[in-house]
Amino acid sequence: MNENVNENVNDCDVIVVGGGPAGSCAAIVAARAGLSVVLLERGPFPGSKNMYGGVVYPRILDELIPNWWEEAPIQRWVTRRSTMLLTDTQALTVDFRTEAWGKAPYNGATAYRPDFDHWLASHAEAAGAQLLTSTTVTGLLRDDKGVVVGVTTDRPDGDLRARVVIACDGVNSFLAKQAGLYTHTDVKHFTLGVKETLALPKEVIDERFGVRGREGVDIEIIGCTGGVNGGGFVYTNLDTVAVGVVLKIAKLAGQALRPEQIIATLKAHPAIAPLIEGGEVKEYSAHVIPEAGLAMMPKMISDGMLVAGDAAALCLAAGIWLEGVNFAMASGMYAGEAAVEAVRAGDVSAQGLRGYQRRLSDTFVLQDHRKLRRAPELVLSDRVQHLYPQMVANVVERMFRIDNPQPKPGLRRILKQERKRAGIRRRDLIRDGLTGFRSYG
Amino acid sequence: MTLGNFLETMETAEFRVHPEAHIVVDGAICADCTTRECVVACPANLFVPTSAGGIVFNYEQCFECGTCYLVCTQAGAITWNYPAGGHGVVFHRT
Repeated sequence: MNENVNENVNDCDVIVVGGGPAGSCAAIVAARAGLSVVLLERGPFPGSKNMYGGVVYPRILDELIPNWWEEAPIQRWVTRRSTMLLTDTQALTVDFRTEAWGKAPYNGATAYRPDFDHWLASHAEAAGAQLLTSTTVTGLLRDDKGVVVGVTTDRPDGDLRARVVIACDGVNSFLAKQAGLYTHTDVKHFTLGVKETLALPKEVIDERFGVRGREGVDIEIIGCTGGVNGGGFVYTNLDTVAVGVVLKIAKLAGQALRPEQIIATLKAHPAIAPLIEGGEVKEYSAHVIPEAGLAMMPKMISDGMLVAGDAAALCLAAGIWLEGVNFAMASGMYAGEAAVEAVRAGDVSAQGLRGYQRRLSDTFVLQDHRKLRRAPELVLSDRVQHLYPQMVANVVERMFRIDNPQPKPGLRRILKQERKRAGIRRRDLIRDGLTGFRSYG
Repeated sequence: MTLGNFLETMETAEFRVHPEAHIVVDGAICADCTTRECVVACPANLFVPTSAGGIVFNYEQCFECGTCYLVCTQAGAITWNYPAGGHGVVFHRT
């Protein structure tokens, strides 16, 4: 060994891998506490590799960036939320709107991830973190006891050493896998999100979606993905509309329709087509989502290393709640806090870093996931996906259909008939209802 | 959607292509695969069956999403890495 190289010399206190929402929040917290932080991003700028459906809930930033809404690069404030159930020819929508979400302190917003993530990373830099872009991390550096002591990168002489490595390297997290924190990877835990961003004049969007100024609409859709289990979405940006689908990968692979064909079917649906008519594709994009919540989460702490964000499968896919960026930002913050504690105490072992686990357990990050642990499977189940939408749509159609001179049939009778017609067993309906009630109630 | 339309759609995304492929597919292994999940699932439609019975992968317009290695059932068929720093897909800022 070269005697000039001292194994104990670190390049910095904390290396954060990945300049997404988790990584930037970890870097902000650690840098503000006075630690030396290097934030590594493989794209040419933070956010350049990142894609999602389109809505972010930044409440968790209140502490980190007070009045974030005055500066965050958002597109529109979501003041209208619709949940839509589609069959080939029918649509049932539950539509909610409130003025409250259109003013401070706001609730959710549509935003482009390259804008939002770039903005958040600028706060990490302002806090003193050193941002290195166009740098792909190729693996972990570990000492002879297996403790993580840094990373290797694709830069010349690109090894970097630190006391703590925080892996925020996204859904594929090769670092968490290399550290042995995932016991296995199962395709059934993942969905593929694909979307088209369609350009339309702002006035046209305002008129079609019934909004003004910076008000925006979030439409979540079930029953629009053909034989593939999943869901769809339509989100309004300022002068584009994002339309896309989330598809269970294992189901997608076993049938004939490709992702872009499933989007095309959704776009052609009579309830969706008028909203997006004339929209030119500005950008097509795709990303994988860790969908299974608690069922797929890895260990998030090892000696010298923490895992946060999508890398730790901290994405909430619970049907009526579809969140990810807020879980990423929170877990990143807590990882940053735990790293600060550990470095100050001089103990960066898994034991010294255990403050991360406590913070995740004490907050919405793991509490929402525990409460909703059965929801992802229920939402993507065959009955919810392929049988219930048709049954519900038929019930509503018959309720509102005037069959004079026939008198109105009772709702109970319609329900029973439509349940039987859809081939749904009563006990399955009751069981799913109970699971839903336990999760959402 | 026709193939021509989809090729146009793919043109809307920006790719800073590195001369070296980040994902390598072993067509010989794919020749034994009967299910070919990757051909349907890749959101960029980059897995192309060949007349010789194998599969060719065009890495240039890859979203780096991971779908292909997740669905692949043939051990060793896909060697998956991220592109070199600064390369690959770049989603647009406004």
